[in-house]
Amino acid sequence: MTARVRKDYQQARWNEPIVYELSLPGARGVLVPEPEPEVQAAAGDVLKALPAGMARKELPNLPEVSQKHVLAHYLHLSQETLGSNITNDISEGTCTMKYNPRINETLVQDPRFCELHPDQDEDTVQGILEIYHRFAKIIKEVSGMDDVTFQPGGGNHAVYTAASTVRAYWMAKGQLAQRNEIITTIFSHPCDAAAPATAGFKVITLYPDKQGVPDIEALKAAVSEHTAAIFMTNPEDLGIFNPRVDEFVKIVHAAGGLCFYDQANANAFLGVARAAEAGFDMCHFNVHKTFGTPHGGEGPANGAFCCRKELSQFLPVPRVEYDGKKYFLNSNYPNSIGKVRDFMGTACVILKAYAWTMMMGADGLRECADISVINNNYMLAQLEHVKGLDYAFRGNGIKRQEQARYTWEQLKKDTGVGTDDVNNRIADYGIEHYWTSHHPWVIPEPMTLEPCETYSIDDLDEYCAVIKRISDEAYADPDFIKAAPHVSASHRRANDAALDDPAQWAVTWRAYLKKHPR
Amino acid sequence: MAKKLGLIVNPFAGMGGRVGLKGSDGKETIRRAIELGAKPEAPGRAVEALKALGDLLGQIELVTYPHEMGEAEARQAGLSPTVLGSIAQGETTPEDTERAARELLAYGVDLLLFVGGDGTARNVCSAIGQNLPALGVPAGVKIHSAVYATTPRSAGDLARLVLEERVGRMQDAEVMDIDEEAFRQGRVSATLYGYLRVPADQTHVQNMKSGRAPGDEAAVGAIAEHIVEDMEENPDRLYVLGPGTTTKAIKDRLAIPGTLLGVDVVRDQKLLAADVGEQRLLELLSGHPATVVVTIIGGQGYIFGRGNQQLSPRVLAAVGLENIVVVATRDKLIGLRGAPLLVDTGDPETDRRLGGYRRVVTGYHDTFVYRVEA
Repeated sequence: MTARVRKDYQQARWNEPIVYELSLPGARGVLVPEPEPEVQAAAGDVLKALPAGMARKELPNLPEVSQKHVLAHYLHLSQETLGSNITNDISEGTCTMKYNPRINETLVQDPRFCELHPDQDEDTVQGILEIYHRFAKIIKEVSGMDDVTFQPGGGNHAVYTAASTVRAYWMAKGQLAQRNEIITTIFSHPCDAAAPATAGFKVITLYPDKQGVPDIEALKAAVSEHTAAIFMTNPEDLGIFNPRVDEFVKIVHAAGGLCFYDQANANAFLGVARAAEAGFDMCHFNVHKTFGTPHGGEGPANGAFCCRKELSQFLPVPRVEYDGKKYFLNSNYPNSIGKVRDFMGTACVILKAYAWTMMMGADGLRECADISVINNNYMLAQLEHVKGLDYAFRGNGIKRQEQARYTWEQLKKDTGVGTDDVNNRIADYGIEHYWTSHHPWVIPEPMTLEPCETYSIDDLDEYCAVIKRISDEAYADPDFIKAAPHVSASHRRANDAALDDPAQWAVTWRAYLKKHPR
Repeated sequence: MAKKLGLIVNPFAGMGGRVGLKGSDGKETIRRAIELGAKPEAPGRAVEALKALGDLLGQIELVTYPHEMGEAEARQAGLSPTVLGSIAQGETTPEDTERAARELLAYGVDLLLFVGGDGTARNVCSAIGQNLPALGVPAGVKIHSAVYATTPRSAGDLARLVLEERVGRMQDAEVMDIDEEAFRQGRVSATLYGYLRVPADQTHVQNMKSGRAPGDEAAVGAIAEHIVEDMEENPDRLYVLGPGTTTKAIKDRLAIPGTLLGVDVVRDQKLLAADVGEQRLLELLSGHPATVVVTIIGGQGYIFGRGNQQLSPRVLAAVGLENIVVVATRDKLIGLRGAPLLVDTGDPETDRRLGGYRRVVTGYHDTFVYRVEA
């Protein structure tokens, strides 16, 4: 059968200026009426009541644009993006871009939920507290852990909470000065090194062996009386599940260290494998991606940090508890690491994730993992025949899980077309730019794809057909691909070198004006 | 203003290889190579690299030296180059390469592309040092230097990205050469001659990510901080610093003079001796606790036996193998593509004992555990 390929795709290209460049002195979006004299008299001179230090001396530099032009500006920008729900999100490897049911968005927009305030009396928010409590039970069942907190604001934040917990654990034992090293692996998520470093630990990184699995001999060389913990992702972003993960845990435990399992890639093993059975002491989930709520710019995010009961005393407060009659917040944990975020984490994500999980059911979670792995292997079987394309550690005898890291190295050698060029071209077929890899590129010219349970066989075929087509185009006319995109909105960056130069790049208009005076 | 690309071709580079001469340095070797039927390799490779620049060729000024040193190759690629200097056609010498490099630097080219091998890189390095971004097109028999792209096409591709200002990140890369005469007799004796500023290899580097510090400075600075912290805790210990820019950063951090290419000894954060040989090292080490700090030299992953032969088996025995610290940036380590670090001290037993897993300091409180093989 012939796969659907959007050969005649054409995106709007507005060359939209920055909103400041649309500024017309005097233009206004809303003209605020002067207050009535009675109001004015009653309020007095409100500006005078401001503390002197708080009053601005100059007007803020804001764009002056009419409503109509503001609206058009943002509509133009929206037409120049290829965001989720509009396109085939298989591109976003490691992001687990699955469909987020609209009905769950309706739930969180219900005034009975969205008008709650976290400072309300417990008696008036029993419903959402119950949902926190119920969802915690689900997460404990999925991970096998004894306790969980939903306070972290995302996956990395949950990993940082883990690092803080490890620090509190060793501090409580009076051994923090000695236990000052945390081990991770090169293909683990970068936060597994960054969070421990931020928490004050020294970081040791392991390289993979010839099979692409973290080198167990290197681990043996790395552990010592200084080992505080290991932080490892599994399956790593190559989609390779470490078949000896339990041995890793045993080696670290034998050296006295703790074991943290980064489960940001949990879509591969929901209902199949649990952190507890592998022997881990802690783990985390990215609730916002694995459990069916939006990921990325659509956010917000939430990280669930889980642990065994020995570590439970260190969890952030307040904690949601149930005394048999009512739900309440308990901050009475003297050994707690304290708060890692305001209030109780992102309640709307917990509500949506709870709804999604109840809809799926226990069997549904398992099915979600199965379909994700099958989808990925279906794609792999097609893409491995594409000229110029290969994937990391091919032939190592280990089946890929829910994602795979491909490499365009051969294409680059043959034609000069590299992964950045392919990525510019893919948007010309109405598919969003794909995720290459974390930096630096250990696998050269990388491309990481993750077709989760959401995608139909037509979606998978479309994606594979587009990749094959771009490979053919690159071999036939490399310069054409190097000049892509041709029909999508995003252009090539005019000056990449400037983006590497802190003296030139700017993320706000104010910084831009400072660095580039007009 | 149009960008200016400099081009130097060493027309004899590579001629010794095909006929089994393990190099092309020296008039006599080239004469023998020609006798044995060797054909020039470099001109074809130069043209191949230039062609990878594609449409950009029409928008830049190509500046080169006469005849087979670049002019002829440029014309073959369809260009009308600006030609400097003069040479004796058919009898070009290393001095011609050096003179050409100096004149291209003075002319103000944005990037120098040179076609050759290790000998050519040495000539370019001695003429321009780190004053001009440069990139090698591989054509020589010996490529131990890390200043060469993997293929002529990838050199052209990278040159194009630099001229289009899509790559601005430069890194220090080693210029190495081995003694050809010794090599013909089966011995490898490699020397580190200096560093060139080469554009960062894009195979492992995203050219779109903002916020990264330009160049390796931040990475080597963090490594230096790590080592200096260790020095602060051990004021009586001797630190034997091997050659290279990564170890040089430690001396820069301490604000002490030291050599880039030699072995220096530091105690209590002060320079005790600079550019020492094996004998002097053994005298200094006698009875003192010491740490040897070495980095990866060249693209192949050697930590001993290339460019740091002063750190002999006897010196390492005096220090103790457990007191060796390897330092390298992540980019450099990852650039090895999983291949092990290598040792070749000349003593098989020392090499064997150096093998296994070693910690490599890649930043402040940041290490890798990496495999070392004899």
